[in-house]
Amino acid sequence: MAQVQKQGVTPLVDMRDICISFGGVHAVDHVSVDLYPGEVVGLLGHNGAGKSTLIKILSGAYQADSGEIYVRGEKATITNPRDARALKIETIYQTLALADNLDAASNLFLGRELVTPLGLVDDDAMEAETRKIMAKLNPNFKKFNDPVSALSGGQRQSVAIARAVYFDAQILIMDEPTAALGPHETQMVSELIEQLKAQGIGIFLISHDIHDVMKLCDRASVMKNGQLVGTVDVDDVTDDDLLGMIILGKKPGAAAD
Amino acid sequence: MAQTDTNSGRAPARKNIFHTLEIDLRLLGMIGAFIAVCLVFNVLTDGRFLTPRNIFNLTIQTVSVAIMATGMVFIIVTRHIDLSVGALLATCSAVMAMTQTDWLPNAMGLEFGHPLIPWIAIGVGLLSGLVIGAFHGYLVGYLAIPAFIVTLGGLLVWRNVAWYITSGKTIGPLDETFQKFGGINGTLGATGSWIVGGLALLGALYALYAARRNKVKHGFPVKPVWAEFLLAAIIGAAILGFVAILNAYEVPTRVLQRTFEQAGLEMPEGYTQSYGIPISVLLLIFLAIAMTIVARRTRFGRYVFATGGNPDAAELSGINTRWLTVKIFALMGALCALSAVVASARLTNHSNDIGTLDELRVIAAAVIGGTALAGGIGTIHGAILGALIMQSLQSGMAMVGVDAPLQNIVVGSVLVLAVLIDIVYRKRTGGA
Repeated sequence: MAQVQKQGVTPLVDMRDICISFGGVHAVDHVSVDLYPGEVVGLLGHNGAGKSTLIKILSGAYQADSGEIYVRGEKATITNPRDARALKIETIYQTLALADNLDAASNLFLGRELVTPLGLVDDDAMEAETRKIMAKLNPNFKKFNDPVSALSGGQRQSVAIARAVYFDAQILIMDEPTAALGPHETQMVSELIEQLKAQGIGIFLISHDIHDVMKLCDRASVMKNGQLVGTVDVDDVTDDDLLGMIILGKKPGAAAD
Repeated sequence: MAQTDTNSGRAPARKNIFHTLEIDLRLLGMIGAFIAVCLVFNVLTDGRFLTPRNIFNLTIQTVSVAIMATGMVFIIVTRHIDLSVGALLATCSAVMAMTQTDWLPNAMGLEFGHPLIPWIAIGVGLLSGLVIGAFHGYLVGYLAIPAFIVTLGGLLVWRNVAWYITSGKTIGPLDETFQKFGGINGTLGATGSWIVGGLALLGALYALYAARRNKVKHGFPVKPVWAEFLLAAIIGAAILGFVAILNAYEVPTRVLQRTFEQAGLEMPEGYTQSYGIPISVLLLIFLAIAMTIVARRTRFGRYVFATGGNPDAAELSGINTRWLTVKIFALMGALCALSAVVASARLTNHSNDIGTLDELRVIAAAVIGGTALAGGIGTIHGAILGALIMQSLQSGMAMVGVDAPLQNIVVGSVLVLAVLIDIVYRKRTGGA
């Protein structure tokens, strides 16, 4: 598998034999995935296949019942989102996880506010930083003083992306980042992914759009009913192979090691 | 900032004067409602409502509910409720009354009237409120019992703990220094009030200047200079006008005469003395400033509003929302204790029914002041204004001679109406 190809390189993330169940349902059942620097790994599967749950274990929202997580080769204990952030793991959630009543800057820095020497929240400094990063990510973004509830879907998405990118993430989790976006904004996200990849950031991309995955990802891990169907190099498989894995839960013979 | 600002900047087309001044239209509406209430009652009472004496009384009657309302804002913003504040006030009041009249003098041998007594009593009271509030917060945050149930239980428990501690007796008179926090027994006098007013004015001007300088430093758009000056003039007039009104309320001649007689002196002809700003009102003003800073400029406040806006997002951002809940309820408890100081000092004793129905007044004040029960939205100054509007209605109707049941019917209806207006307003402006 991938380890063979990337011998000698330590994976950024190595999740081994992860299990979690909710009330008897095995949402994630002995799943192992890994991620290398500068690589995009797609996580594919139906709704309820367990991909979001798996990734929430990495981002600290859930805690695994069993299994181990290694980050940059070292065993990591991630019990809450703060731990994940400290390990330079950033997440863009499908729901975006924005506080609608706060403005863009407050959301971007939520949990990591810039403070003045007196320890007070420095709104002006945060707004200035937000303006800087938005100028790069989405130059059309102008509503810095409005609550994010007043923003369009694409603008909200850029706030969520800015929040993940601003803090020098090394591991980025994107859960359906283009689900709510128009074609133009989807293109912007694709370009951003290429750009981040070139900087050596590892990205887990959760999607159920096979075309997205074929275009953006290096490898794809497919899940079904909480179990890992298999991980394949995207170059070695066709759309139909991936579809077969998602629907039938069968690994294509050609892509097997 | 964003959490209070539901209208400015929404529509670039609306460039009217309020927009230029960056004044919250909703705040303006509340001030308008307050002024309307005052003017109507002033006409109905043949000008007795807007006398310095009545305004002085209004302010000291508002303080106790207003103090608790500032804490209730945080509770409601995080989608909780606290029904136990009146009962908690009673328990804190009972603890403080017993501490200064019984426990310290009898058990510790500290004689009644000892200068340390009021401060120890206040300390014990604040600690009691803090601990009880934190306990509520623990039940809500960590054990996931709905706040409604925890504080409904608390209402019964703490009301009767107060009864139990005091055996249902009225405890008084309280320490003389302690009584200074009540209102009429502790005021700054004319000179002191002008000094405080002057300092407040300087502080306000500096805050305006510092905010503008900071915006310029970061290259953000700023208000035109004339708008800054107009705003400064309005604020200045409000501060100094308030001081002037309170200073215009003079101590009645016979009270002065009695004071002079007690001192064994002859009162000089034409001698007058002003009450000025009551210490309790000064306490409320300091608290309002502190709580506003907490709400807008501290991480704690930011997390309160973020959690109210989207609890999941707050949690995913690494905010420990359970511990936050404990802190919010602990703060509410401490504020109940502070209110208990003011309320019992104003009555000069602890009575068994102190704070009865205060929970409803406090919630009503916060809600009339624009705190949304759906969470995420609310301001400290709004809640205080809400308390003032409620108190004005109540005292106004009492002065006009409206029957007691009718008074409560009106106040209840106003609460519902205020929320309706708020809902309609938010729909119109597209605010959250």
